[in-house]
Amino acid sequence: MSEHLLEVDDLYVEFRTRDGVAKAINGVSYTLDAGETLAVLGESGSGKSVTAQTIMGILDMPPGVITGGEIRYNGEDLLQMTEDRRRKIRGAEISMIFQDSLSALNPVFTVGDQISEMFQVHRGMSKKDGMKKAVELMDSVRIPAARERVKDFPHQFSGGMRQRIMIAMAISLDPAVLIADEPTTALDVTVQAQIMDLLQDLQRERNMGMILITHDLGVVAGVADKIAVMYAGRIVEDADILPLYATPAHPYTEGLLDSMPRVDTKGSELYAIKGLPPSLLNLPPGCNFNPRCPYKQEICLQEVPPRYEVASNHHSACHFWEEVYSGDRADSAG
Amino acid sequence: MGRYTIRRLLQMIPVIIGTTFLIYAMVWALPGDPFAGKCGDRPCPPSYVAEMRAKFNLDDPLPVQYGKYLGNLVQGNFGESFSGRSVLDEITQAFPVTFQLAVLAIIFEIVIGIGAGVLAALRRGKFLDNLVLISTLIVISIPVFVIGYLMQYVFGLKLGWFPPTVGADPTVYELILPAFVLASLSLAYVARLMRGNLTENLRADYVRTATAKGLSRRRVIGRHAVRNSLIPVVTFIGADFGALLGGAIVTEGIFNIRGIGGLLYLSIRTREGATVVGVVTVLVLVFLLVNLLVDILYGAIDPRIRYE
Amino acid sequence: MSDPNASLAAAAPETVEKETYLGADLPPEAGKGGQSRSLWSDAWRELRSSKIFVISAVLIVLFLIMAFFPQVFTFGKDPYTCDLTKSRLPPSSEAWFGYDTNGCDVYTRTIYGAKASILVGVLTTVFCMLVGGFLGTIAGFFGGWTDAILSRITDIFFAIPLLLGGILVLTSFPSGDSTTLFQEVGKVVLALGILGWTAMTRIMRSSVIQVRNADFVVAARALGASNGRIMRKHVVPNSLAPLIVVATISLGGYIGAEATLSFLGLGLQPPVISWGTMINEAQKYIRVSPHMLFFPAIFLSVAVLSFIMLGDAVREALDPKLR
Repeated sequence: MSEHLLEVDDLYVEFRTRDGVAKAINGVSYTLDAGETLAVLGESGSGKSVTAQTIMGILDMPPGVITGGEIRYNGEDLLQMTEDRRRKIRGAEISMIFQDSLSALNPVFTVGDQISEMFQVHRGMSKKDGMKKAVELMDSVRIPAARERVKDFPHQFSGGMRQRIMIAMAISLDPAVLIADEPTTALDVTVQAQIMDLLQDLQRERNMGMILITHDLGVVAGVADKIAVMYAGRIVEDADILPLYATPAHPYTEGLLDSMPRVDTKGSELYAIKGLPPSLLNLPPGCNFNPRCPYKQEICLQEVPPRYEVASNHHSACHFWEEVYSGDRADSAG
Repeated sequence: MGRYTIRRLLQMIPVIIGTTFLIYAMVWALPGDPFAGKCGDRPCPPSYVAEMRAKFNLDDPLPVQYGKYLGNLVQGNFGESFSGRSVLDEITQAFPVTFQLAVLAIIFEIVIGIGAGVLAALRRGKFLDNLVLISTLIVISIPVFVIGYLMQYVFGLKLGWFPPTVGADPTVYELILPAFVLASLSLAYVARLMRGNLTENLRADYVRTATAKGLSRRRVIGRHAVRNSLIPVVTFIGADFGALLGGAIVTEGIFNIRGIGGLLYLSIRTREGATVVGVVTVLVLVFLLVNLLVDILYGAIDPRIRYE
Repeated sequence: MSDPNASLAAAAPETVEKETYLGADLPPEAGKGGQSRSLWSDAWRELRSSKIFVISAVLIVLFLIMAFFPQVFTFGKDPYTCDLTKSRLPPSSEAWFGYDTNGCDVYTRTIYGAKASILVGVLTTVFCMLVGGFLGTIAGFFGGWTDAILSRITDIFFAIPLLLGGILVLTSFPSGDSTTLFQEVGKVVLALGILGWTAMTRIMRSSVIQVRNADFVVAARALGASNGRIMRKHVVPNSLAPLIVVATISLGGYIGAEATLSFLGLGLQPPVISWGTMINEAQKYIRVSPHMLFFPAIFLSVAVLSFIMLGDAVREALDPKLR
C-alpha cells in the first residue's frame, strides 16, 4: 500500500468552552498526495479551517482538545511528535496561507523582513542573504519591481499583492504541502483568478500537495483534483472533481450546487438550503444534516450515516445516497 | 519622514500661542483683583501695584498685553518673584535635580511597568495577572501624596532604608524613594496599557501567521507581538516624561527636594504668584515640546503613521 | 504626576477573555432567545453578575449616605465640637480615629468630610460631561471647519495639565472671604472644570465620528430627518457609552485632584471639612501623629478606588467587542 504524503485519519477535535463542549471535528479523514489539489468545501462552522489548523499544529489548546485520530505526514503521526519537531516542519515542509492578508502580515516589519525571517529561522541564513532570497521569491510570485518594494510595509500593497507576499512566504522553503485557507475570499473576482492561476503554477513547478479550503464552488472548479465536502465537523461527501459536480451523492452537496446562481435560470427564485447550520454545542442526533434535508426519513434521526461507497473514489455519508445520485439535477431547483 | 515632522511642527505653533495666552488670561485677565495673593499674605503696597501695572502693561488692552508678554517670553524673560529674583534663574537652578528625578522615574516605569504588563499578559487570568491588575488599580486610586507619605513613613521613618527627606544636592540613592513614588502612578498605567495591548496582539492574525511560519514561541511573542504592543506604550512614556517634570510638585514637596516641583510647591505655599505663573508656563512649554518629540518618535517607529 | 484624564483616555481597553480560539469557525448561536437585546439591557445583565460592580456600587452607596446623611455614621456627634485638651490623641475606644490638632474627633470629621469631597467630584464631572459632551458632539457631527476650530481649542486647553491649571486658577482666587460651602466647592469645581472638559470632548468626538458613519444614521438622513433630530435620537444615545465610562473614572480622578489641591493648600479651605483639607492640616504631624493623616487618606483612597472600579466594570459591560 503506497504511502500518502499527508493523511488525516479519523480525527476528532473538541472545544471545551464555558457554554459546553463544541464538537468541531467528528471523525474526519482525507488524504493528499504530491502534486494533488484537494479542495475542502464547507460553510462557516463546518470545521474545515479547524482541521487545517490541527494539521499545522497552531490550534489554541486549551480550549481545543484532540480527542482521537492521527495525522500522518510521510507515514509519521504528527500528533505524536515533539513540539520541537513539529515546529521544524511547520512553515518549512507544511505551510499555510490565510484569508485576510492585511491582518495576517505584521504591520511593523517590512515584507522583505517577514519573508527573510523564514530563511533566518529555518535555515540559519544571515539577514542579508535572507533579503536576497526574499527578492527572488517576490519575483517568482510576480510582484513587479521586487527589488525596490522589498523594503516596503504590508499596508503599502494592494490586497492582491499582499496575498502574493503571503504565498511567497509560504513557499519560500519549498514545502511539500501548502494549505490555502480561503485565499481569495477577500479579493476581487479578477484578482481571484490571478491568484488561483499563480497557485496552480507554483504547485505544478514544485510538485506540492495543496489543500484548498473554501466555501466557494466556483473557485474550486478549475483548480481541484478532488473535493471533500464538510458539514458540522464531518465529511459528508468526497469525490474527484468532475463526478462531484456532475452527479453529487449527498443532499447537502446537491443543495450547494443548486444554490449557485446560473445564467440559464434567469427569472426564477434563487434556491437556498433552508435552515441554519447546527450549533456545535448541540448537534442533532443521527445525521447532523437531517433538520434541513429534503430526503429525511426516520432512520436519519437515529443512525449516523457511515461512509458509503458510491463509485470508485466517490463516497457519501447519506443513507439515501442512491436517490440523490440518480436524481435528475437539472431541474431539482425548480 | 521630514514632511511629517514639519507638519507636526507647524501644527504646534498655534497650540503654543493659544496655550500661553490661556495661561496668561487665567492669571491676569480673570475678573477680580489680579494682585490678590501675589505678594504673600498681605495685600500689595500701592507703589508695587503701580509699578507692576506698568511693568505688565495691565492698562493696555488684553491682546496688546499678551503681545508684550509673548515678546518677553521669547526673550527668555519669565518675570520676577516678589523678592526680585528672575524666575528663569530660579528655574534653571532647580532643573537638574528634577531632571535626575524624572529620569530615575522613567527607568522604574520602563523596567517595572513594562515587565509587569508583559508578565500579566502572558499569564492571563492566573494569579500573577490578577495580582498586577489589583495592585495597579490600587496604585491608580490612591492619590500620589498619600503614596508619598506612606512610603516616606514606612521606608523612611520606620524602616530607615532611605532618608525621609532629601537635602540640597542629593545623591542618586537619596532620590530612589521619591523617584519610585513619582513613577508609581505612571508605572501602573504603563503596566495596564502593556497588558491590554499585548493581550490583544497575542490574539491577532499576524501572530497566527508567525506561529504558522514555524517560529518559536519566544520569537513570536518577543519579536512580533511585543514590538507591536510597545508602540502605544512608548508614546505614553514619552508623553509622561513631560508630565513627570511638571507633576513632581507633590513628590518634591513631600521629600523636600529643591527641584522645579519644589520651587512651585514653595511658591504656592508662600503665594508667590509671579513665580507660580512663570514656572507653570515653562512646564507647559516643555510638556508641549516633549509631546511634539513623542509624535515624531511615533512616526519613526510605526510605519503606518509615516505615510498618512 | 500624570494627568489622570489624559492617561485614561489613552489606556487600552481591557477586554475580558472569552473563549476565542484560533480559526474557530463556529456558527453564531442560531435563534438564541427571541427578545430584542439592546446594548444597555445586555450591559445591565452583565453588570449585575460582575463582582467588581457589586462591590464598588455598595461602597459608593455607603459614601453617598456618608455625604448626605452623615448622622447615620456619627450617631449624632458634631464635627465642630472640639476639645483642645484632647489635641492629637491617638485612636482609642472613645475616638476610633483619634483626635486632630484642634482636639476634634477625626472619625466624625472624616465622615463629614465625605460631602465636600464627593460634591466636588460629582459637580465637576457633570460640568465636564455637559460641556465636553456638547462640544464633542458638535465637533464630531459637523466635521469640517467646526471640527478643526474646536479641536484646536481643545488641544490648547488640553496642553495644560489638570493639576497645573487648577493651581493657576486657584492661586489667582485666594479664598479670603468666601466661606460658604457652596462658594468653596464652586471655586474648586470651576478650577478643575476649566480644563477637565477637554478629555470628555475628545472621547465624545471620536465616539460620534464612529457613529455618524453608521448605516442607521445614513438611513435616517435618507428618510429626511433633520440634523438636530439625528443628533438627538440616533447619534448621541449611541455615542454615550465611552463617555459614561470615562466620566465614571474621571469622577474618581476629580476627588483625588481636589484632595491634592487641598494638600497644596489651594483647594477647599477651613472651616469646610473635606478629606483633602484634613490631610493638609495633618501633614506637619505625620511623624508624631500619623493617624490624623492616614484615616482620611484611607477613606479618600477607597472612594477613588470605588469609582475607578465602577468605571472598569461599566466599560467591560459596554464593550461591544464581546457582543
